Amino acid sequence: MNFDFSDDLKLLREQARKFLSEKSSPKSVRKILEGAAPYDAELWRGVAGMGWLGAAVPETYGGAALGYDGLCVLAEEMGHALAPIPFSSSIYLASEAILIAGTEAQKRTHLPKLVTGERIGTLAFAEGAGNPDAVRVQAHVANGKLSGTKLPVADGEIADFAVVAADGTGKASLYLVDLRDPGVTKTSLKSLDPTRNQAKLVFQDVPAEPLGPAGQGLDLIQALLDRAAVLIAFEQVGGAQACLEMARTYATERYAFGRPIGSFQAIKHKLADVYVATELARSNAYYGAWALSTSAAELPIAAAAARVSATDAFHLAAKENIQTHGGMGFTWEADCHLYYRRAKLLATAIGTAPYWKDRLISELERRNAP
Amino acid sequence: MDFEDTPEEAAFRAEVRAFLDRNAERKSEAKSFHRGRYIPEHNIPETVRAAKQWQAKKADAGFAGITWPRQWGGRGGTPVQQVIYGQEEQNYVVPRGVFEIGLGMCIPVLMVYGTPEHLEGHVRPAMRGEEIWCQLFSEPSAGSDLAGLRTRAVRDGDDWVVNGQKIWTSGAHFSNYGILVTRTDPDVPKHAGLTFFFVDMKSPGIEVRRIKQISGGSNFNEVFFTDVRVPDSQRLGKVGDGWKVSITTLMTERLAVGDAPGPDFDDIFALARTLELDAGPAIRNPAVREKLADWYVKTQGLKYTKFRTMTALSRGETPGPEASITKLVSANKLQDIASYGIDLLGMAGAVMDPEVAPMQAWFQEALLYAPGLRIAGGSDEILRNIIAERVLGLPADIRIDKDVPFSQLKTGKR
Ligand SMILES: Cc1cc2nc3c(=O)[nH]c(=O)nc-3n(C[C@H](O)[C@H](O)[C@H](O)COP(=O)(O)OP(=O)(O)OC[C@H]3O[C@@H](n4cnc5c(N)ncnc54)[C@H](O)[C@@H]3O)c2cc1C
Repeated sequence: MNFDFSDDLKLLREQARKFLSEKSSPKSVRKILEGAAPYDAELWRGVAGMGWLGAAVPETYGGAALGYDGLCVLAEEMGHALAPIPFSSSIYLASEAILIAGTEAQKRTHLPKLVTGERIGTLAFAEGAGNPDAVRVQAHVANGKLSGTKLPVADGEIADFAVVAADGTGKASLYLVDLRDPGVTKTSLKSLDPTRNQAKLVFQDVPAEPLGPAGQGLDLIQALLDRAAVLIAFEQVGGAQACLEMARTYATERYAFGRPIGSFQAIKHKLADVYVATELARSNAYYGAWALSTSAAELPIAAAAARVSATDAFHLAAKENIQTHGGMGFTWEADCHLYYRRAKLLATAIGTAPYWKDRLISELERRNAP
Repeated sequence: MDFEDTPEEAAFRAEVRAFLDRNAERKSEAKSFHRGRYIPEHNIPETVRAAKQWQAKKADAGFAGITWPRQWGGRGGTPVQQVIYGQEEQNYVVPRGVFEIGLGMCIPVLMVYGTPEHLEGHVRPAMRGEEIWCQLFSEPSAGSDLAGLRTRAVRDGDDWVVNGQKIWTSGAHFSNYGILVTRTDPDVPKHAGLTFFFVDMKSPGIEVRRIKQISGGSNFNEVFFTDVRVPDSQRLGKVGDGWKVSITTLMTERLAVGDAPGPDFDDIFALARTLELDAGPAIRNPAVREKLADWYVKTQGLKYTKFRTMTALSRGETPGPEASITKLVSANKLQDIASYGIDLLGMAGAVMDPEVAPMQAWFQEALLYAPGLRIAGGSDEILRNIIAERVLGLPADIRIDKDVPFSQLKTGKR
């Protein structure tokens, strides 16, 4: 039994924690929250410089080949530090889409630039409200040209190119689309979490290059979302852990009725419950990391379980962190709301809990077919 | 990351499986309700006899006392081997509920504080199931607040004379020995005046009375002490050190408790797939699916938390605090699953007749014993206190009973 990260990866975690606590401090996250920039470009270059954008990318394409468990460790730290960069869009979604569906030539063209951070990618799938199973893809491609509207697109304003789902209901196909093309109109959308950009993209006869076999878009997206679910679960666990640490510290320092508020059971028990939820989520995420890094057949089940558990834990941790801080927790000035916002953003990012719960049970039914 | 055994672990597991295959019935899918049940309450002597036979077999094969020193008849094995044995034994129908307290708590504390004579005399018989032990801690006015106990022990020559009452003592009615905490000095603060012993349950002056539980059965008892003489040689730890010894015992208890036995995710999943509601199988209902998903992630979360603990053990590290969450999560989950399984049966849910109710009324039975699991071995609230204080490092509760002599403390009406 070896159900833990290797010593090397634990060192990587420490290194990432240290790096991000300096470069993605609450102060710099706030710059994105309050400023006009859609992401922290300097942090992005820094993370690229550490080689982390290519953590799971093979060396042939310029990656660091740390494996998916390495990427999981980094994801947890990104979540812990609320890194305001398009890490998930460009790495878990765009790079992964190319890795699982791209031709050799497409990999050679795109991956090295994604690894250096020179180009940023994203996934453009949703077309309004709805979970992944309910998306009716209206965007279409005719004569190699894409038209349609995608909304929301995470990091849509930042990305240089997108993996776009188009053509039809029930199947769809994936395309690589350059977002710098004049036929693309990008509109920034007001985001619940302004530290992460969301945009509306309108395409009008924009050149689209097929990615993966035609008609298999939805299957590819599901495979992609399963992988992303594990990685985002690590971000969520990291975020929940950060909330727990914040609340714990505040509860030992803040006094009421002549004693630290952390000596009141109502606070203690609340934080004990946050701890339990976070540990269960962490354990489910570890199993997801195992399934992802070994390409196990259990991945769909492991991913959905990790997703459900982590979404729940981060929501609980973020709201109880505010509660523990009292009135201070409700201020713009305290950092609690940064996590509260991020918790909900991540909870919606690749489909919400009802969708993943249903998917989990469907996969379990399939595995245990009577 | 991997779930593979090392070659030594794999060899041990194979040995365990071979032993279990030879000596016990493997649980079948169809009879999943074999997986966990409290000790059947209708025929105690028969259950105890069967449990003793099984325990002797286990000991002869070297699977009782796996981590205990060879000197006392143990295997001298590792905690990982202990975990492996537990993982394998779960898959077989074997008697449970008789030796857990003795082997999980009483003998381990004897090993820390007992003399070589004690160990010579008791480890082997306990391991082989010849001696059964119980835990005489709780009292009518001392449960969570164990240090509030009143059973008095007064020194008289080479003996101590014990008077008082214990309560909720599981298995006292079939036990040979018990570990006992008493008050030896009421005029110092409560934690300072305690002393720890073990007693022969056949001692004159001990009276055991069964208590009927919610479930209708009686696994626990009141135990009355009237001028019971306990030799000083049976004292464990120094006079006045009883609190320290009790804490050692409770720590081993928390490591020993596992998942709450009873219907779990697989069982409610199976039930939801077979039961028909108006619109088809229950599992097609979105509300049912959401509930199932929540229990699945809790069940798996606990399972993989244990794998993390086992990894720490196999690296020779002490397991982290994650071990403390098992009972808290699993007892609550059991209660909820039992309740929901009954809801799925609709208007027939309250029927407890094993001939009529699915899985021999397993869900109904579990509903009635689950409350006990949330109280025994540290209540939910006490476990949350422990997590908050020992894991998260939050300050201890402000206490008004710490520095006051025990004899001057306030008491309640109950
Ligand atoms: C099935 C079963 C088997 C048992 N077997 C044994 C046995 O073999 N040997 C033995 O010695 N004992 C045994 N017990 C007793 C068990 O240890 C006690 O019942 C338990 O410690 C609770 O104590 P109490 O019953 O006095 O409840 P109380 O301590 O009076 O608790 C009542 C309620 O108050 C809460 N409470 C108490 N203190 C606090 C606090 N500080 N903070 C917050 N909430 C608090 C509790 O959580 C509980 O909800 C058994 C109990 C059960 C149910």
